[in-house]
Amino acid sequence: MTLAEVKQGQNVKICRIPDEIIRAQAIRFGVCEGTVVRCTEKLPAGPVVIAKGMQELAVGRKLAERITVREAS
Amino acid sequence: MSTHRHNLAEVIAIPEGRRSIVLVGNPNVGKSVFFNALTGRYVDVSNFPGTTVEIHQAPYGEDILLDTPGVYGVSSFNDEERVARDIIMHADVVINIVDALHMERDLFLTLQVIDMGIPMVVALNMMDDAAEHGIAIDIEKLSSLLGVPVVPTVAVKNQGIKELEAALSQAKAGFADPELEANIKRLTNQGIMRPDALLILEGDGEVAREHHVKPEGLREEIYLRRRRRANDIVAAVVQVKDSKKKWAQRLSGWSLRPLTGIPMLVVVLAAVFWFVGVFIAQTVVGITEEVIMSGYYGNFITGLVYRFFDKGSFLGDLLAGEFGVLTMAPIYLFGLLLPLVIGFYLSLSLMEDSGYLPRVATLADRVLTSLGLNGRAVIPIILGFGCVTMATITTRLLGSRRERMIATALLGITIPCSAQLGVIAGLIAPLGLRFLLIYIVTILFVFVALGTALNKLLPGESTPLLIDLPPLRLPRLKNVLAKTYVKTVSFMKEAGPLFVLAAVLITVMEYTGLLQWLQGVLSPLTVSWLQLPAETATAFIMGIMRRDFGAAGLYGMALTPKQTLIGLIVITLFVPCIASILVIVKERGLKEGSYIWVGSLVIAFLAGGILTRLI
Repeated sequence: MTLAEVKQGQNVKICRIPDEIIRAQAIRFGVCEGTVVRCTEKLPAGPVVIAKGMQELAVGRKLAERITVREAS
Repeated sequence: MSTHRHNLAEVIAIPEGRRSIVLVGNPNVGKSVFFNALTGRYVDVSNFPGTTVEIHQAPYGEDILLDTPGVYGVSSFNDEERVARDIIMHADVVINIVDALHMERDLFLTLQVIDMGIPMVVALNMMDDAAEHGIAIDIEKLSSLLGVPVVPTVAVKNQGIKELEAALSQAKAGFADPELEANIKRLTNQGIMRPDALLILEGDGEVAREHHVKPEGLREEIYLRRRRRANDIVAAVVQVKDSKKKWAQRLSGWSLRPLTGIPMLVVVLAAVFWFVGVFIAQTVVGITEEVIMSGYYGNFITGLVYRFFDKGSFLGDLLAGEFGVLTMAPIYLFGLLLPLVIGFYLSLSLMEDSGYLPRVATLADRVLTSLGLNGRAVIPIILGFGCVTMATITTRLLGSRRERMIATALLGITIPCSAQLGVIAGLIAPLGLRFLLIYIVTILFVFVALGTALNKLLPGESTPLLIDLPPLRLPRLKNVLAKTYVKTVSFMKEAGPLFVLAAVLITVMEYTGLLQWLQGVLSPLTVSWLQLPAETATAFIMGIMRRDFGAAGLYGMALTPKQTLIGLIVITLFVPCIASILVIVKERGLKEGSYIWVGSLVIAFLAGGILTRLI
């Protein structure tokens, strides 16, 4: 599934991030393919907010639709 | 956008034998406070060639201290990074400021500079904040893992600054990624410096081109290893106890959900508008512009000039006329602009340092995406309602050229600034609710239509939103003041020459009759197309000088309610004031600047003419 389909409070493992530049930026922020993140907020038709430890990131909905994730406990 | 690299020596003259000490850190980690604490108050601001990024430098003992733009990593993703990269690569010593609350993110940059092999000292800042969040950090262990001195600091309280200065002499190159060494050696054997070698390995095309080698595709591999090292270090040195700051997390959630976030935003914006639009623009400017600058200073300088030159002579007018170099330029600059600029940067720094701004960007992302922007564009748009000139400068933070163009066009054409809003409100209020609604709907329609059209027409794609949401925290007054000071100095240095130039230009236009000629040219358009009296052309011309002059020019005329409405809509959509135009040209270049200028003329008259036939 994609990051856009994740529900608030759900933990997911990032499987694939498109686009080399976005991948590089995400790594700088602490998120890479294989990272387990928690969806802390989901704005209606808007960005998805994910957290890893103290680090929180807002991901635009269109980008979230292109990031594939897998459910994690 | 600059595509070639700059040698630091071309930009800043660093005398022989002096070391360059460079402050490096992520955005909003308090670099300005360190800069001020280390150097006192003297700053020298210059523009990095080919970019709109400023660099700050000051003498520091025998050496030179340089500030860099806040970045998350060094490469060539945007102008800020390019500038930071070129300064860091020529640094003798780096002081890396790390936010103790945000180590996972910040250590990436730390490790990147360590991999470059540049001697470094880490200042672990905001230690008090971290303690309040229940975070304990093993400083010694951090220092031994990084291989560089680490000094805990609370810069706003001046804690740790002396220790940091003492540690500077022990700055050393830390422990770089051992797996990099073989590849780096391969490049340094060809005579390439180590920092350049690292960036070539990380695929930085600009650095590679300079050395006539191919960029190598190892970025992801190196980044992932560096990320793992950063995570391992954080796991080893950071202990999270129970946070006492639960309120910050709860508030963060509220600020993001539309149901609570939108009312919160409205309250915050109302407070900013009151502070900048009412308190500063009216009360403070009433004293600084009218009493001090126009009154005392104006009387003094005109008296002085007219003792040597006749009133009405070209030189007399040039120096002390209505648009004089010694009258209009300093009166606007210091009486009007300076207080407004301080007010803006204060508000902006408060929103930045509290961590609220990225949350507003997240909230607004959905709406702005349809206009070809992403959430980050909310910052220039909000600021535009205060002052379009200032807001245009903040379009720099947008991710692509295309987005900067769309945001600048929207600002220049559709957003009325606070000075103008005051006059517009005064004129439209007596006309009743119907006219007010027509006004708002028309401007909103043009805003959305223009954004949507530019989104369709401009080639390329806008960048998606991917931003860091730092923890919400109470802004530190000292931090906010330091930032405001540094930014205000930069702005005044940039705006000063522009204002003098504008003063000369307008005086020449008036003296040669060009101004009156323009009024004549415009009048058929106003009379037959907009169905307004011929004199409204004068108001439009005045609107070019300053937007509120334009609206104010409608005051004295005998207009029907409908004519007032049409006049106000045209004035709102009409070309931005001279200061804005100059800044737009400076930011976007002459070509794009002219498009916006001509576009605003066409849109203003088109909208006015159509509307006058509709209602």
